[in-house]
Amino acid sequence: MTLWPWVLGACLAAYLIKLAGYLLPQSLLDRPVFHELAGALTVGLLASLTVMNAVGRGQSIALDSRLLALAAGAVALRLRAPYIVVVIVGGVAAAVGRRLGLP
Amino acid sequence: MGLSIAVAVGVYGISFGALSVGSGLDVWQTCALSALMFTGGSQFAFIGVVAGQGTGAAAWAAATLLGIRNGVYGMQLKALIRPPGRLIPLMAQLTIDESTATATAQDDHDERVRGFWTAGVGVYVLWNASTLVGALVGNSIGDLSAWGLDGAAVAAFLGLLWPRLHGRDPVAIAVVAALATLLTLPLLPPGIPVLVAAAVTAGWWAWRRRAVVAP
Repeated sequence: MTLWPWVLGACLAAYLIKLAGYLLPQSLLDRPVFHELAGALTVGLLASLTVMNAVGRGQSIALDSRLLALAAGAVALRLRAPYIVVVIVGGVAAAVGRRLGLP
Repeated sequence: MGLSIAVAVGVYGISFGALSVGSGLDVWQTCALSALMFTGGSQFAFIGVVAGQGTGAAAWAAATLLGIRNGVYGMQLKALIRPPGRLIPLMAQLTIDESTATATAQDDHDERVRGFWTAGVGVYVLWNASTLVGALVGNSIGDLSAWGLDGAAVAAFLGLLWPRLHGRDPVAIAVVAALATLLTLPLLPPGIPVLVAAAVTAGWWAWRRRAVVAP
């Protein structure tokens, strides 16, 4: 598959980043800036991926049963459900929506 | 405590395996991500972009940006454990959220070393085994959207984001990134809105930081 180079390239990049933490001079990385930026990027990327998977369809926005999954997942998280329950609740909500004839 | 972490890693790995084949990767590619990349957040980012019909390049970039925190972990562990040079290539591969958290939670040097290796190796074995199980299950399900697998993916990302939303700044960043994604989804090729959101996040963070530092 054409995805293979990107799969392996992403694996290599992930490893090099991990290795860089050990090999780069301490003074270069030992700044709170890096912790803060890494934390901010993690939140921003996860928020973006949540939205894209909830309403994205190629290069357009599609509102469908995935919104039910988003809402149901949020309720499960509010009730402090464990991760796997949250994932399953999201799946069930979308499946039920489709059974009921929603897109 | 070890058991609860093991159960959590196991179910997380099964979710990843199933969602990965649902996004369009094959079983081998799914297993390669867990064996070689071995950092859950980046793996989810990769398949999340692919599921949204983004390009391999966009998936690569999203996964790589999310992996930056592992570099920070490596630096912390090096300062904490002071490992011999010959172990560093192996330690680097096992440097993830769980092994770093376990090592930094201990008080003396030997306990930290033991904590790192136990958590790192334990999670590695479990993560790869559960990924394979999830990928095979996902492969045998058939019509994935009828089973709500795309909905499960949405909930999975929300579940990764949720525990990080403590305090005002993370919530503001999440809202800004979400809006940037929503606005650019219809305008840009698939996958690119995630990178725009990352850039906007970095810009927002730099602006906030300046506002806090300079009174």
